[in-house]
Amino acid sequence: MPLISPKQKKREYDVVIVGSGAGGGQMAYSLTMEGVKVLILEAGRMFDPVTESAMLHTWDQAPLRGVATPDKQYGFYDASVESGWEIPGEPYANASKEKLRQFQWWRQRMMGGRTNHWGRVSLRNGPYDFKTRSRLGVGLDWPICYDELAPWYDKAEMLVGIFGANEGIENSPDSSPGVLLPPPRFRAGELLAQQRARKLGIDVVPIHRAILTRAQDAARIPGKLHPRNRKAQRLLAQNMRLRLPCIYATDCHRGCSIKAAFDSTSVYLTPALKSGNLDILPNSMAREVTLNKAGKASGVTFIDKTTGAEHHAKGRVVVLAAGSQESVRLLLNSKSNPFPDGLANSSGKVGKHLTDSVASRVSAQIPALENLPLHNEDGVVGQQAYMPWWLAGQQDKLDFSGGYKALTVSGRKMPSLNTGRSFDRVSEADGIPFGKQLKEDARRYYGSFQGIGAQGAMAANDDCYCELDPQLKDKWGIPALRFHWKWSEDELRQVSHQQQAMAEILDAMGGRFFRKPDIDNPEKAISQGGRIIHEVGGAITGADRSKSVTNQWCQTWDVPNLIMADGAVFPGTADKNPTLTIMALAYRAADHLIEELNQGNI
Amino acid sequence: MSSPRLNRRDALQWIGAATAAIPLLERDAPAADRSGARPRSVVANGYGPDPDLIRAYSPGELWPLTFNDAQRRLTIVLCDIIMPADESSPSASSLGVQDFVDEWISSPYPGQKSDRAIILKGLAWLDEEAVRRGARHFVSLPAKEQLAICQELARQAKKDSRKFPGSFFYRLRNLVAGGYYTTPAGMKDIGYLGNTPQTEWNGPPDEVLKKLNLTPQQ
Repeated sequence: MPLISPKQKKREYDVVIVGSGAGGGQMAYSLTMEGVKVLILEAGRMFDPVTESAMLHTWDQAPLRGVATPDKQYGFYDASVESGWEIPGEPYANASKEKLRQFQWWRQRMMGGRTNHWGRVSLRNGPYDFKTRSRLGVGLDWPICYDELAPWYDKAEMLVGIFGANEGIENSPDSSPGVLLPPPRFRAGELLAQQRARKLGIDVVPIHRAILTRAQDAARIPGKLHPRNRKAQRLLAQNMRLRLPCIYATDCHRGCSIKAAFDSTSVYLTPALKSGNLDILPNSMAREVTLNKAGKASGVTFIDKTTGAEHHAKGRVVVLAAGSQESVRLLLNSKSNPFPDGLANSSGKVGKHLTDSVASRVSAQIPALENLPLHNEDGVVGQQAYMPWWLAGQQDKLDFSGGYKALTVSGRKMPSLNTGRSFDRVSEADGIPFGKQLKEDARRYYGSFQGIGAQGAMAANDDCYCELDPQLKDKWGIPALRFHWKWSEDELRQVSHQQQAMAEILDAMGGRFFRKPDIDNPEKAISQGGRIIHEVGGAITGADRSKSVTNQWCQTWDVPNLIMADGAVFPGTADKNPTLTIMALAYRAADHLIEELNQGNI
Repeated sequence: MSSPRLNRRDALQWIGAATAAIPLLERDAPAADRSGARPRSVVANGYGPDPDLIRAYSPGELWPLTFNDAQRRLTIVLCDIIMPADESSPSASSLGVQDFVDEWISSPYPGQKSDRAIILKGLAWLDEEAVRRGARHFVSLPAKEQLAICQELARQAKKDSRKFPGSFFYRLRNLVAGGYYTTPAGMKDIGYLGNTPQTEWNGPPDEVLKKLNLTPQQ
């Protein structure tokens, strides 16, 4: 991939984008296909999923059997380098010392950003998710409704390649006909869950994930996405033909050298570079968005991490897609006379309304799944089935505001270091099993464990936000963030419901429990803030400029040529994963920006 | 890449220091003193935040190992008590699991630190126990007696996996069994048939569906 050095950078670009992940990648793709000259500043190094993904490696080939260490915080083979919750020299703070009030902040410092490290679950927000305040009196409304974003969900899904099924579920929208790729068949445990959950009135349906289950239609989709643009059609068709369908082995978190699983580098940046309209500067840590005398964004000051030298990239438009809180930090660190409290912050809302998925899990052992005839259960590896929120229409009758989805985790997965101790509770051995007994236990019980994980909605509140820490700075002297986090009673009540429902589903499957579900003490079950890596907000989109940071096109109210293209704009977390919505919003914002540029409005 | 990889010169220095230090501290010291001796702490670096993900790694490559000959011999015996060979699969030691255990307890990362202390202490404890039973070392005890000691430790581990010496056996068993099932031979023995590229995925075979009374998904 041709990358440039600071010396090779052009005098000026149409658009300077900070970040190369889901939002920045989509922006760069859309803009460069339409002839806009773009520079991406990426804080990390180039990472090539084709040559660097350890796809079929077994754990015994990795140091320490591949377990997570401070250097590789999601395990050795996770396609994350120089990334994690803790990065040396790049600190952040938490305002409280209480355990439940800690926020953990994952940063991805590499080409393609967090799209390298992603389960690829790609669900649309539903109509209700855009109108939380109007419907339930909590959280905030989006300035747009579902129908306004739906066309870009379709476009993003066609471009990225997403499998799934249209099930007609309330508030879990269908895609347009012909958009989704066929979902993989369920595993035995997923079919069992489906059969048993149905009796509880809960549907188990195919999940949607950004994985090709068959080749993309390179003859049809490019024309639909780029009408009247032959060059873009050709580049996209060419790139689609470089992607192979899933080989039904290896975890997408390891990266995908055949490009079946989506990542920004393979799907967005590769064709964007071939357009000739994109330069990428890796190892460039953005410090500040600069303003010109007219009060417009004029570019970005950044540090070349390889030399420590500071440079400036000039652009007519600046797009921030650094990974929601990193973009917020950039705004807060861009202080000037017109914006003493940070750029685009006349509302005082920059950093406010931070939300994350509300998550917990329950697991059990399912005797029916013991001693099954041996078979390969890899499938697409990871999630294939889920339970969309089944009480969406009855939310007002519940004692919590946020719905949740439940994800089944089952199957004869590749054994890990933990496998050795996983039979202790089911074994009939006198003592912890070892020797012949352990081998027999392993053959009998392996694959009979079923976990269900819930991820739920969180309404924006006043207790969860970030700000600049008064003292703390990173190794380049850039002020660091300090987080304020507090789960409200609303989220804790949701987790109680999650625990009860998941236990009922596993019970209906005949599950044996080894730990009581935490129905009465949800604070024990709830995942720490930031742990699910779905954090969003901090520069929210809204209809009222005194209460939000951007308009519905993700342009900041104060500085219209400054656009937020990542999770920072979310005015709340839905029971869906954020990435697909980040891509659809960035796609929509890019289309709008192109119009504005063509009309000379920016 | 900026990873602080161990270079050859440092590696040789560490290995030299390690082989010089271990016999004094652990091999030649009287058994009674050994159990109380604090194990040396690890001073090596990890693989850094940007390691080569593609190449295969072997124990001892990234940081120096710890075991002396006696500890290694003992661990081999324990490996094969915990995961013995049978008609269908090999023993843990034949798969080199003892080297993984050594790699693990020699790790420079904080996550393995307490395992290091407990496992080294536990190995010493086993030899003391053998002395109490009139043998020179655990490895020279009759197999039956070795097994009886492990069985007792397994019972203690089930009662309280944090209390020594049950904690030692618990952790060693976790490492040996987990180390075993993460090898290709171990994966085969447990019945994992995946990690094989396929052009199609058709869901579970009919015999599985039949056993579970399920209908295939359309």
